[in-house]
Amino acid sequence: MKPGPRRRSLDELARRVAQDIPDGAYVNLGIGMPTRVANHLRADAEVVLHSENGLLGMGPTPAPGDEDHDLINASKQPVTLLRGGAYFHHADSFAMMRGGHLDLCVLGAFQVSASGDLANWSTGEPGAIPAVGGAMDLAVGAKQTWVMMELLTRQGASKVVERCSYPLTGVGCVRRIYTDFATLACTPAGLRLIDAVEGLGHAELEALVGLPIGP
Amino acid sequence: MNKIAASVAEALAGVRDGATVLVGGFGTAGVPTALIEGLIAQGARELTVVSNNAGTGETGLAALLKAGRVRRIVCSYPRQADSQVFDELYRRGRIELELVPQGNLAERLRAAGAGIGAFYTPTGYGTDLARHADGTAKETRLIAGRGHVLEYPIHGDLALIQAEAGDRWGNLVYRKAARNFGPVMATAARCTVAAVHRIVELGELDPEAIVTPGIHVARVVQVQRVATRAGGLGSAPARQPA
Repeated sequence: MKPGPRRRSLDELARRVAQDIPDGAYVNLGIGMPTRVANHLRADAEVVLHSENGLLGMGPTPAPGDEDHDLINASKQPVTLLRGGAYFHHADSFAMMRGGHLDLCVLGAFQVSASGDLANWSTGEPGAIPAVGGAMDLAVGAKQTWVMMELLTRQGASKVVERCSYPLTGVGCVRRIYTDFATLACTPAGLRLIDAVEGLGHAELEALVGLPIGP
Repeated sequence: MNKIAASVAEALAGVRDGATVLVGGFGTAGVPTALIEGLIAQGARELTVVSNNAGTGETGLAALLKAGRVRRIVCSYPRQADSQVFDELYRRGRIELELVPQGNLAERLRAAGAGIGAFYTPTGYGTDLARHADGTAKETRLIAGRGHVLEYPIHGDLALIQAEAGDRWGNLVYRKAARNFGPVMATAARCTVAAVHRIVELGELDPEAIVTPGIHVARVVQVQRVATRAGGLGSAPARQPA
């Protein structure tokens, strides 16, 4: 049996996303996996990070002892503000998101459909405490929404699906899906391949996803 | 004109049972803890609380919930690592929840403050949150080919907010990300009470830098700065944007 293709590690995936973020972009990185993209932004690019709770120019985690309880990110973790950064209130912050002023948001997902429907806020489990936060605003508000996730569930099912079974966050809002196996574009005509890891053939990828993928 | 109240109790006199109370704060930043404690002491019941989160640990909003004063909560992100007080009430059906996308929460408050009757937004279109609590669909409309949902303003009887400094006219400035919902909630309530860490003389706040002009503020009360730990209890990373 030939060895399977080597999947992108979490950091390789974060670097792959970061590589596509242009100089001068205003970007919101969602909670969880996308946060890691910040560690891999191109050194030659000035990217301005937005945090929904009223920050532009968000910087890295402060040194231990320098934390400020009034300066936190969307995950409520301590952060810093870069020179040139700004504070603003929530209605302004969400107007930035909803008004199409952010060039890009990168979100985690439970499922994404081939046409770009996103499910990332609820698994719909009965009795679960619901929480949506800013996910719906980001998904439909940014100029482009990218998803970053592992392609397969722990059970081996594709999280890229024909139709989401989990409750939707937004309809037709995802432009690209960055995964550990491949980068895909969502189009009205279905999925299109942007790139795949070395050693992963087109037919093999389609078999993993269970959907046709255009070249 | 002097909006400075001598105590939290004086600032919160007259809150009625059944009031809608807007409570500022996001995570640990900008939570008006002293005012929430004052509201518990004041005793108003059957409250509707509008706040981004539903309390963490056992203090602040969680304590108000635990005291059984809140009938209904409108918020975007009730689930936290230590939101056990809310979780328990919700599972037992002891509190009503209206879950609102965070941007709709902010914009519905803004609309209330700006005299807007309702607005259409693409946020939530085609999702479960485009439904009313009774399951009926909210009004929708295609605008320029894109689906929009009709959302109504959220008016408060009272807003409780935390600012950094204020003067006797009610002008306020904030500190860093503790600003969050304060300015927009101040505009959306009939009576806004601002807790501040510093009371300053008229003219000390730079008019170019005042964030909330005093017209939106009814009372200002000085409270101690209580250091809370960013990333402390209740701040474990969640899976989605909070």
